[in-house]
Amino acid sequence: MVFAYIGIAVLWIFLFCYIIVASIDFGAGFFTLHAKITKQDKKINHLIARYLNPVWEVTNVFFVFFFVGMVGFFPDSAKYFGTVLLVPASIALVLLSIRGGFYAFENYGPDTKLPWLAMYGLAGLFIPAALATTLTISEGGYITGSNNNLDLNWFELLLSPYSWSVVFLAIISVLYISSGFLTYYASKANDKPAYSLLRYWFLFWGPPMIAISLFVFLSLRIQNETHFYTAVFDYWWMFVLSFICFAGAMLLTLMKKWHGIAFILVILQMGFAFFGYGVSKLPYILYPYIRIDEHVVNSSMAIALIIAFILGLLLLIPSLILLLRLFVFDKEYVKGKK
Amino acid sequence: MDSVELARFLTAMTLAVHIIFATIGVGVPLMFAIAEFLGIKKNDPHYITLAKRWSKGYTITVAVGVVTGTIIGLQLSLLWPTFMQMGGHVIALPLFMETFAFFFEAIFLSIYLYTWDRFKSKWTHFLISIPVIIGGSFSAFFITAVNSFMNTPAGFEMSKGKMINVEPWVAMFNDSFFVRSFHVVATAFMTMAFVLAAIAAFKLMKNKFKKDAEYHKKALKLTMILGIVFTLGSMLAGDLSAKFLHQEQPEKLAAYEWHFDTESNANLVLFGTLDEETQEVSGAIKLPSILSFLADNNVNTEVKGLNDFPEELHPPMIVHYYFDLMVSMGVFCLIISAAFILTLCFKKLRRFTYSKPMLYGALLTGPAAMLAIEFGWFLTEQGRQPWIVRGYLKVADAATQAGGITLVTVLFGILYLILIVTSSYVLLRMFKNKPAYKEFEEHSSERGDA
Repeated sequence: MVFAYIGIAVLWIFLFCYIIVASIDFGAGFFTLHAKITKQDKKINHLIARYLNPVWEVTNVFFVFFFVGMVGFFPDSAKYFGTVLLVPASIALVLLSIRGGFYAFENYGPDTKLPWLAMYGLAGLFIPAALATTLTISEGGYITGSNNNLDLNWFELLLSPYSWSVVFLAIISVLYISSGFLTYYASKANDKPAYSLLRYWFLFWGPPMIAISLFVFLSLRIQNETHFYTAVFDYWWMFVLSFICFAGAMLLTLMKKWHGIAFILVILQMGFAFFGYGVSKLPYILYPYIRIDEHVVNSSMAIALIIAFILGLLLLIPSLILLLRLFVFDKEYVKGKK
Repeated sequence: MDSVELARFLTAMTLAVHIIFATIGVGVPLMFAIAEFLGIKKNDPHYITLAKRWSKGYTITVAVGVVTGTIIGLQLSLLWPTFMQMGGHVIALPLFMETFAFFFEAIFLSIYLYTWDRFKSKWTHFLISIPVIIGGSFSAFFITAVNSFMNTPAGFEMSKGKMINVEPWVAMFNDSFFVRSFHVVATAFMTMAFVLAAIAAFKLMKNKFKKDAEYHKKALKLTMILGIVFTLGSMLAGDLSAKFLHQEQPEKLAAYEWHFDTESNANLVLFGTLDEETQEVSGAIKLPSILSFLADNNVNTEVKGLNDFPEELHPPMIVHYYFDLMVSMGVFCLIISAAFILTLCFKKLRRFTYSKPMLYGALLTGPAAMLAIEFGWFLTEQGRQPWIVRGYLKVADAATQAGGITLVTVLFGILYLILIVTSSYVLLRMFKNKPAYKEFEEHSSERGDA
């Protein structure tokens, strides 16, 4: 039992890390494209490239870590998600490959090409949409058949207001988180033109994101009533805290102050919402097929995984700190002097 | 094709593409680390430039390696859900650790690529390459552990069609783990040495920028020396594999060699064609008793033949061709690199070192080594048929039943084509008009200022 909770906590934390770093990454790709088309690229592209070049690959590993851990801790999820997600996950994979491949061709290659930039910029926006489908499906109601003949009910999925509101929320959150981080990065670099453009975007995407979150809540009530009531009655305070953090981040950005703290508030805002969503969903991973307590891996493997995990973290955390110190917290590098 | 065939085809396609980039991923970091080491040690800007250029090209290949690796990681569950449900909890540990190794590599690779001029001591930057090599090699080790489990499952008991009483470490360090991962890593180093040698040979033959000749000669010399060392390592690993198969998976070895009747003094069959009905091999070179010798270092050893196994468990007979091709490619690389080293050792022969035929030979070693990798993987994967987990789960029972697999297969086919064509195009353009001499002149002048 306890392994199930450790397992899901580890996975949820990694998924959260992925959501934050990947959002920065995907949003930045879109901003680069947008700036290029509106001829503002001289303002911000160098700044974005300076951040993204060293970190995009690490971002990808968070994702791999999540799904490998998922299969490791909850092997039955491979069967259900694997079968049902064949098409949506394959589309997400193709998009991820276009994104990663063309990002590298464009940024490490000898010169830039607009079509390549367009490919990775747009792919970056569609990936969150494709991946969000997984979360939608996990609420139940989109799977037909039983045991050996599982399949996805496309018709139901494409007509569902819940699935569409999740997709839009995913896309807007990406732009919101990304512009939030880049505003901070630009302010650190003392890069005035980039800063004002990114700050404008951040303020622009904030309000619609909150609006659509409310819509997600309302449609969740139709999709999975139990989940909705747990979220609203047992964990309402997490969503309130999330909103307070949002208001704080907006306010600080409006006042052009403390952008580091504003971005921490953005992370907290997302964190409260994401963990609130996650914890209210328990004990189901895939409603109603997979429960964390019934489908957790055997205890000897769980212990081995946890040991491997702790040893791995001992190695990773210092390395990640080194990476951040060299490319995010190093003022000279951020300003482009190194 | 039915969904089982399609799932097999798609997995094969993904792995065939991934293995190219994965091999580069494991091999190149060692190469640029050695070049940088020599560059600092000998204070020679040529070697530093080599390290810089190799690592620059590496950024492109590593990106494709990362994305195709992500694809295969998820495809395991998407295409073989029954396999992952049944075995996922037994092999979770190496899969998990592979991700950690990959994580570690990704972090330090990023640091390595962007900090050429950031540290005071040159050795600091060199040291960063070490975690990259460790991360790359270990991820190869761990992922090979997963594959070895499928060949020689261990660390669990079967009860009512389920794997229970799992012992994670036994499953990970299963019987074939060491011999296979040794082979994988050694051949990756070997292949990359020859691929880089082929590039140097090509540049020397074209000789577009005369000033670069010395640089490319150094590259060729270095990669050829490394190439022969790793070739010998790979051959040792290959020999150990044959002995291992004889002990643990005799039906696989028998299929490699079209060896039907159990006998001592078994022949090694090279090339030839097979009539599957009569089990007659024609046109082959048969080396008497060599198969027995390979299996156990003793010509009298009895080698099990395929007829000892039920027919539905026979691997496809095509694997013999892969085996022949893999071995001949390896031997070819050995001959060329040995000839090259000989000309270096004897003064009289030195005029042949950079002669046309030698350069042509060196040019061919790169593609040959890469093909050997592909054939080797086709060999070992098809040699396990019809099993996905040998003795426990058949491929036919493990494939997904979900609709839409045809669409997905076409989609990935197009994707791989685009990725391969575009990445080759970018790599070629990257180095085509940027001669090395300009880079190391820049590099030397920087040092002059310091």
